[in-house]
Amino acid sequence: MPKHRIAYVKEIPPGSNKVVNIRGREICVFNVGGDFFALLNRCPHEGAKLSRGVVVGLPESKAPGCYKLSRPGEMLRCPWHGWEFDLKTGKSHCDPERMFTKQYKTCVENETAVAERELQAETFPVVVEEATVFVEM
Amino acid sequence: MTVIESPQAGVAKKADAGIIDCDIHPLPKNGKSLYPFLPKRWQEHSEQFGGHLRQPFINTTQYPRSAPLICRRDAWPPSGGPPGSDLDFMREQHLDPFNVINGILIPLFGNVGSERNLGYAQALAMAHNDWQVAEWLDKDARLRGTLVVSQDDPVAAVKEIERCARDRRFVQIMLAPRSSEPLGRQRYWPIYEAAEAHNLPLGIHSYGVGGHASTGGGWPSFYMEEHYATTMGGPATMSSLVLEGVFERFSKLRVVLVEIGFAWVPSFVWRMDRLWERMRSEVPHLDHPPSYYVKRNFWYTTQPMEEPGGSDDLRRTFDWVGWDRLLFSTDYPHWDQDDPAYAFSIKLTPAERRQICRDNAEQFYRF
Repeated sequence: MPKHRIAYVKEIPPGSNKVVNIRGREICVFNVGGDFFALLNRCPHEGAKLSRGVVVGLPESKAPGCYKLSRPGEMLRCPWHGWEFDLKTGKSHCDPERMFTKQYKTCVENETAVAERELQAETFPVVVEEATVFVEM
Repeated sequence: MTVIESPQAGVAKKADAGIIDCDIHPLPKNGKSLYPFLPKRWQEHSEQFGGHLRQPFINTTQYPRSAPLICRRDAWPPSGGPPGSDLDFMREQHLDPFNVINGILIPLFGNVGSERNLGYAQALAMAHNDWQVAEWLDKDARLRGTLVVSQDDPVAAVKEIERCARDRRFVQIMLAPRSSEPLGRQRYWPIYEAAEAHNLPLGIHSYGVGGHASTGGGWPSFYMEEHYATTMGGPATMSSLVLEGVFERFSKLRVVLVEIGFAWVPSFVWRMDRLWERMRSEVPHLDHPPSYYVKRNFWYTTQPMEEPGGSDDLRRTFDWVGWDRLLFSTDYPHWDQDDPAYAFSIKLTPAERRQICRDNAEQFYRF
């Protein structure tokens, strides 16, 4: 899978996202506590842009009256109808088998690695300044 | 690599032939946006006293409810102001991409239908109507207005209808279903007389801060209960209008229930008809079974549409309610709005889609 350079890590702080267009598809890359996850930027329910949703936790309850907020910052609520998606898997919380968004592999590398992958007749020293986020697609 | 920040378009660009959207909510930019249309006396009243609604719990309509201002999170205009307040952005995000050939504005700001200070209600109603003309109808030929009236003061309401009805861009009269009394009561009949005389349907939208609980069983704990409980006002409104004899007296009066659902209609009408067979003598002013008036005088907007699990259940529901009775609506910019490309959980033929998304409204509103 070709890797597509998305952004420097520092451009997508935790809790935020960046939308990019890769080969005609809108991909939204989220930073979840330092890890990066890429989803198709389209809600599988009615097509809203997930990049405009709100990142929340997952409230859970063993019984009425007992509430616990788990997995802070790991769930995305669609900006329209509030469907909750697990940012780590792309699956919706209520109907994970039927309602999910396509996920793409991400990785963080530094620029040296990029340079090493390319065929070069002559190599030059590369200064590593920034870690960079890639999406495989 | 390009960074995309375009407004939502979905696949709506493919929406064939265009749609008529029967429920769009415009919002004033801020609390003073209506002032140019509000006499100084009522501007000062607004600042000193504000609204006086039939409302038991002071914070029951405070936001957010699922989303800030109950709106799509992507509907906040870049120019500032709340969703629904910027015509250019509405065009860019909704009217153009969804191919809306006509959009009916339904202003809910201020809960005019529930305002208890009747003088203020009347002034607010007039301001809303003049504001719709100046800020929306004059600026985009696709838009149509909904006449806001002070429903608890039918004399003033009729005056307002007479003042505005000659502007045919107003296509209906709005009433709140959570009214002081059930809407069939004779105190409201002057409004119905004016509506029929001007051939304006009633648009009964599920809004209004009622003095009554949203369910028959009291006030709900959760917004989720409240949201679907808006449907419960539907049968109450329908039975009152039918059983009080409104449609005997005003046979041509047309009513559209907006955002109240429609899947409840068949079973409710079956029950009414069965009871009528047993208790007809209590309502001898009705010459026909209740279903007769429901079939003749009621229409329904689609959003939020019931989404039964079975593949053909929605189709059967349409069959029961009547394919000619359904008017497509999005409820833009609210969070639960529908995208016309995805709203239907069943496959419609192009003819069926066109009927619900366009032709029915064209006939109903006489475009």
